[in-house]
Amino acid sequence: MTEHPLHPRLPFDMKPRAALAAEDALLQQFIFTATHEKDRGRVRVCQRAFGERYDALRGLAGAIKQHTLDHLDSYLERFIDRAEAAGARVHFAADAEQANAIGARIAEAHGCRLCVKSKSMVTEETGLVPVLERLGVEVVETDLGEFIIQLDHDAPSHIVTPMIHKDRRSVARAFVRELGAEYTEDPERLTRIAREHMRTKYRRADLGISGANFLVAETGSIVLCTNEGNADFSVSGPPVHVVFAGIEKVVPALRHLAVFLKLLARSATAQEQTVYTTIITGPRRPADHDGPGEVHVVLVDNGRTEILRAPTRELLRCIRCGACLNACPVYRKVGGGHAYGAVYSGPIGAVITPLFKGIENYPDLPRASSLCGACFEACPVKIDLPRQLVWLRRESVEQKVTRWRERLMYRLWAATLERPWAFGLARFLQRWLLRWRARSRDSGSQGQRESPLDPRWMTALPGPGRGWTECRDLLAPPSGTFRKWWRSRGRGAESKGGGP
Amino acid sequence: MVKVLEFLGHEVVFPRRQTCCGQPMYNNGFHGEARALARRMIDVFEGHETVVTPSASCAAMVRKHYAELFAGSDTERRRAEQLAARTFEFVELLTKVLEVDFRALGARWPGSATYHYSCHSRDIGLTDETIRLLSRIDGLEYRPLERLEQCCGFGGTFAINYPRISGEIVRDKVACIAKTGAGTVICSDAGCALNIAGACHRLGVDVAFKSAAELLAEGLGLLARVERGA
Ligand code: SF4
Repeated sequence: MTEHPLHPRLPFDMKPRAALAAEDALLQQFIFTATHEKDRGRVRVCQRAFGERYDALRGLAGAIKQHTLDHLDSYLERFIDRAEAAGARVHFAADAEQANAIGARIAEAHGCRLCVKSKSMVTEETGLVPVLERLGVEVVETDLGEFIIQLDHDAPSHIVTPMIHKDRRSVARAFVRELGAEYTEDPERLTRIAREHMRTKYRRADLGISGANFLVAETGSIVLCTNEGNADFSVSGPPVHVVFAGIEKVVPALRHLAVFLKLLARSATAQEQTVYTTIITGPRRPADHDGPGEVHVVLVDNGRTEILRAPTRELLRCIRCGACLNACPVYRKVGGGHAYGAVYSGPIGAVITPLFKGIENYPDLPRASSLCGACFEACPVKIDLPRQLVWLRRESVEQKVTRWRERLMYRLWAATLERPWAFGLARFLQRWLLRWRARSRDSGSQGQRESPLDPRWMTALPGPGRGWTECRDLLAPPSGTFRKWWRSRGRGAESKGGGP
Repeated sequence: MVKVLEFLGHEVVFPRRQTCCGQPMYNNGFHGEARALARRMIDVFEGHETVVTPSASCAAMVRKHYAELFAGSDTERRRAEQLAARTFEFVELLTKVLEVDFRALGARWPGSATYHYSCHSRDIGLTDETIRLLSRIDGLEYRPLERLEQCCGFGGTFAINYPRISGEIVRDKVACIAKTGAGTVICSDAGCALNIAGACHRLGVDVAFKSAAELLAEGLGLLARVERGA
């Protein structure tokens, strides 16, 4: 794949990538094992911790976020006031370009050469790293997964576990190639090699960059949750710390964190808590023995105020836990995040990517879903993702992104369903056609399994039926129908059935 | 379903003017069309005490989306909500409303069966009602299905528009079914059944598909038992 996995040519076609992934048995297995275990783990730890109240807690978390979004302007103002009072500098970036420019300006102003960066989806979204690199700043990803992705010139395929699509062997090869390390597949030793490499970088780094899991309006604090403690190194070592955060990350007060911290790690990785949870309020104070002298917070909009419109607002509740990805049968089968051709993948990506980048550029994303609802059930802030997918489909129809043939077909179908006589005729024709086809084509080879209901299986259908028979057969309808049976009982034209 | 309900002493009526609840239109974004069909349904079922459907998918449409389609009009929304409040999936009606005990009624169905938990059952808040119901039928050996909660990959037009993805998902389902070794799969959603049965046939897994209603009718001796291929 020469194209960038997350920034492909538009409009993006999901099918070739999904088809490639379907061929890759190893990839299928990695993704399945990782997502299935995390999903089952989430259910287990949440049931254990919350029992019957799990659902109510998700409702509460969703309500807190929704309330914050309903009053986002005032909470953001409060956050800015408090953060600045604590000594941080707050910037506002309307789009990706502005966000990157702010980052670049800060790096230039301090003559930064080496940046240690912890995981941040927003900077992935804005494409910050290449901008800094063009300025001559070396950027080291310090999250282990992101570090490996960076070494291997790959792109993250999961918002929480970015290297879900890779195995130990590819990591080992990348370490040999890029770090000159000895070949080993032992995870402990691989981690140690990465740690050693990073330690030297931490010591020399003059710029720390991080994302934020939450912003607390009441105190102007930034909250970081990690498992490796890498964010803490990234932000406490270098003299300058720049935080990039989407404007939706704000929560009203510290006490609300209790709700989100209970849910975040359990939903993301089936842990009770992340190993490190750090709350940072402003730069280093005289009594502190470490911490950056300067803290900048870049609040990134980049399309979010558009999503803040009423029907899609709930999407900004997202705390990027990745639970919906792990629960999603489609995400599992398309080989993970790269098939979505964008930074955010899985159900949440399928909804926000078209909103960020235009439905016409991602026509597949809202459609490639069975609307099974597993994501909705997993989401700790109760975002109704299936409903959002349906709304996007409606947008596709209204903006005529859906092809005219399909639009015509649905309109005809609906018109038929509105008229009982047409519906009856259509049912008759459909049954007749299918039974005729089953008799004439397939019965010789496939119809041996006769039964009283006269099953006839079709293995290859033309036209729109081809998609169906590509991977399954179709049973021709039986000769009798419910309506015939009902009529045969002969009780009144309209309705009544006989007694027992 | 009719036979079981009548056996239980209920009067069953089938309004013949009914067509479709409009879910395909709703799911694919044709909400104007879905609204027109919903309006028809509300009219057709006006005046009937309880509405029951064997399919959780149709029940979910009426219960979860009708009111939303009429957000613009208070009177219509109220009528939609009234229909939603008296619409049930068959097993739901039996277990949660009528609380029928099939063991007491002498239901007997010798054989092994597993159960497909459709996504729309989850949608309307059902969990293990069908499984508990199966456990009350004499002679029936219930075989638990691995990854019960995972979708079968049907999703209406999704199965036709994205056959590769959908096909991979249903293949998993078939593998889990084969592993149970059960002779029958209880599956009340027609869409799922069409999909899973089709994939079972393609992959050479020989198993019968029945709705809960069929199984109960057979168990109560109201319907001749059919072994395979329905
Ligand atoms: S949509 Fe919900 S489940 Fe998915 S990442 Fe966001 S918070 Fe987590």
